[in-house]
Amino acid sequence: MFNLKSEARGFIAHGVSACAGCGMELIIRNVLDVLGSDTTIVIPPGCSALFCGFGNETGMKISAFQGNLENSAAYATGISRGYRAQGNDHTKVVAFAGDGGTLDIGLQALSGMMERGEDVLYICYDNEAYMNTGIQGSSSTPYGTSTTTTPGGKTVQKKDLLGIAIAHQIPYCASATVSHIPDLRKKVEKAKHVKGPSLLHIHCPCPTGWGFDTAKSVEVCRKGVQSGAWLLYEYENGKIRVNVKPKELLPVKEYLMLQRRFRKMSDEQVGALERAIREQYEKLLEKEE
Amino acid sequence: MAHYKMLDGNTACVEAIKMAKVKVVSAYPITPQSTIAEKLSEEVESGALDAGYIRVESEHTAMSCAVGAQLTGVRTATATASVGLALMHEVLNVASGCRVPIVMPVVNRSLASPWSLWCDHQDSIAERDSGWLQLYCENVQDIYDTMLMAYRIAENPEVLTPIMVCLDGFFLSHSMQKVLLPEQAEVDEFIGEYTVNNLKLDPEDPMVIDNLIGSDEITEMKYQQAIGFEKAHDVMLEVFEEFYQKFGRRKALVEGYRTEDAEAVVVTLGSMSGTAKYVVDQLHEQGHKVGAVKVVSFRPFPAKELRELLSGIKKVAVIDRTTGFGGEGAPMWVETKAALSDEYLVKGYIAGLAGRDIHTGTIEQVFRDILASDQAGEKPVWIDCNTEHAMNIREVNKYV
Amino acid sequence: MLNQQEQHTKKLQKCRVLGPCAVEFAAANTGSWRLERPIVRFNECIKCGTCQRFCPADLITIDKGKKECVDIDMNYCKGCGICANECPKKCIDMVDERSVG
Repeated sequence: MFNLKSEARGFIAHGVSACAGCGMELIIRNVLDVLGSDTTIVIPPGCSALFCGFGNETGMKISAFQGNLENSAAYATGISRGYRAQGNDHTKVVAFAGDGGTLDIGLQALSGMMERGEDVLYICYDNEAYMNTGIQGSSSTPYGTSTTTTPGGKTVQKKDLLGIAIAHQIPYCASATVSHIPDLRKKVEKAKHVKGPSLLHIHCPCPTGWGFDTAKSVEVCRKGVQSGAWLLYEYENGKIRVNVKPKELLPVKEYLMLQRRFRKMSDEQVGALERAIREQYEKLLEKEE
Repeated sequence: MAHYKMLDGNTACVEAIKMAKVKVVSAYPITPQSTIAEKLSEEVESGALDAGYIRVESEHTAMSCAVGAQLTGVRTATATASVGLALMHEVLNVASGCRVPIVMPVVNRSLASPWSLWCDHQDSIAERDSGWLQLYCENVQDIYDTMLMAYRIAENPEVLTPIMVCLDGFFLSHSMQKVLLPEQAEVDEFIGEYTVNNLKLDPEDPMVIDNLIGSDEITEMKYQQAIGFEKAHDVMLEVFEEFYQKFGRRKALVEGYRTEDAEAVVVTLGSMSGTAKYVVDQLHEQGHKVGAVKVVSFRPFPAKELRELLSGIKKVAVIDRTTGFGGEGAPMWVETKAALSDEYLVKGYIAGLAGRDIHTGTIEQVFRDILASDQAGEKPVWIDCNTEHAMNIREVNKYV
Repeated sequence: MLNQQEQHTKKLQKCRVLGPCAVEFAAANTGSWRLERPIVRFNECIKCGTCQRFCPADLITIDKGKKECVDIDMNYCKGCGICANECPKKCIDMVDERSVG
């Protein structure tokens, strides 16, 4: 049981050492607020590990385990099976990992978890690079992005996490973002009641790594949705539903120009990204029908 | 009533796991461990074992699931071998650091490369510093007995340290032998229910487990683990004695055979120990005063017991089934050498790599050599190794 | 049911544990990071709750009955400025922390 040295409205302390304007902080507060106390969370090392705290102090008052980078889905599987083996069929086991821990090093464990139908909610907060180690590129880093390991801009597109989840035919998965909080909360609520694997892919703005003013976190993500750079949709019982359908997508440049990470993109590259985004959006709308 | 059954080593592990009533199984197949994964799934499928079976996609996940599940308060099972154990390496340290007392059979097999399916101890010895206890088995009855005792040792509140029960791949894993199996009630009485009073994942009594810790406290937490190993030594002696009282079979941390008056002994690990005893008997008939010493517990290493056992025996030959590259000797030799004073002649031998048979002739050769030696030499003797030929073992046509 | 019964009989007591865990729920002094401070012009505020929704540290309380209807906990506010940026009435100013007494 926790010794409360500080008061908090939710399950996360109000003073946590996430960068000012961090989207991950907004995400985890809303996620845990919806899930409630009957939750066990698995967090890998990375930005989100700061909620686990340092030494005997933690910034999170629910049962939690900090795992390794690549096996959040595996630890969550074990914990879920441990509870179920003892007749506890109510505690929600959630893995909360970044894009590196999910789409790079953790993809195998995640695939296994989804394929076996484990009763786990997997949340990927996607800040589109390895932020905690110093903004190195990941497979979820978008085309054209400059990072400390793609100094000339990334030359290939980002991996499609929801596409991978859908290929596993899990009961529920969805994308979400911090500019659409009610939509995010609704999706967490849905995932909470899924028996079996569910996955949320949440766009997570990072002022430090993306290069924008801390005040713009929500605005950047909103522009991401409006331009189609981040599509909001869900896959439920085999059907795709697009949650936000801009009639006319904003030029992606309006999303890109807010962030220094895209500064090295040429007009041709922006054009290529624009075409890829529009094609993806149209394909998605077709799949919905 | 206890009854005899013909079992191979892997099935003996499964019988023990079943009787320990584990609640979650996570296993990934790898030669020569595969039949453990298969048989456990059969036991779960048939209902003989009331547990959840996680058909994991790797050994890394197998160990992660075991750690996660056991932290919720249930006994878990997994098993592996060779490169599978190597893949677990990262999580082995989590299990020991979080004091999760998992009992895991390791079916010893050589590590790649070169690829081999056969037995040596490179895999488990490479995990020497992972914070796991390591017990090595001599025969199939020994495997079953050691598994049962392993639960008692690992789960002891003073120990709380995971344990590898090591059995030689194929030599034991696939060797059918007669095994005396006790009744479930006897096992229940011996092992008991799993209870956890340490770190536990429980939403009703929550804590955050395994977060970032400062270096000062880590030093102390590592010291806690060191104490765990010290306690394991004493707990093993208690558990061995209790097992003897209950089941009538004796076990020790290190076992001597005809060591009284011996001029030379051979120190062994695992299945070669039986061969060593046989050779000792034969050499006695020829008038040689030799003995054999089997190390049962490699971690903790029973230095004191070994010292007592070898007291007055001047020549000690140590057979390592692993290489110990770059050291003055291989790991078992290093431990033995460190346990004894400089008055002893402790000579290292490397044998049985990648399933190369350690047959009676091998042991005889070691005894002949140690009896004729008056110094240990600067490096270990590689048994049956054609050292002249070694550097030219392959010749290929290629552009240079 | 069993759990409920146990809950009544279980007593909270100090126990020794081995290995890494954290059980003190504590907060970092993130208010000290602040370079700019949000100041609400209350007379223009429509109490919509947008700032509250987007505050990453969940520090904003809206009290519709009060004149100073928006309370921001300055002990922890990092001064990111999301509240000011998202405010539909643009009635939150970010002012230099050093200029505030």
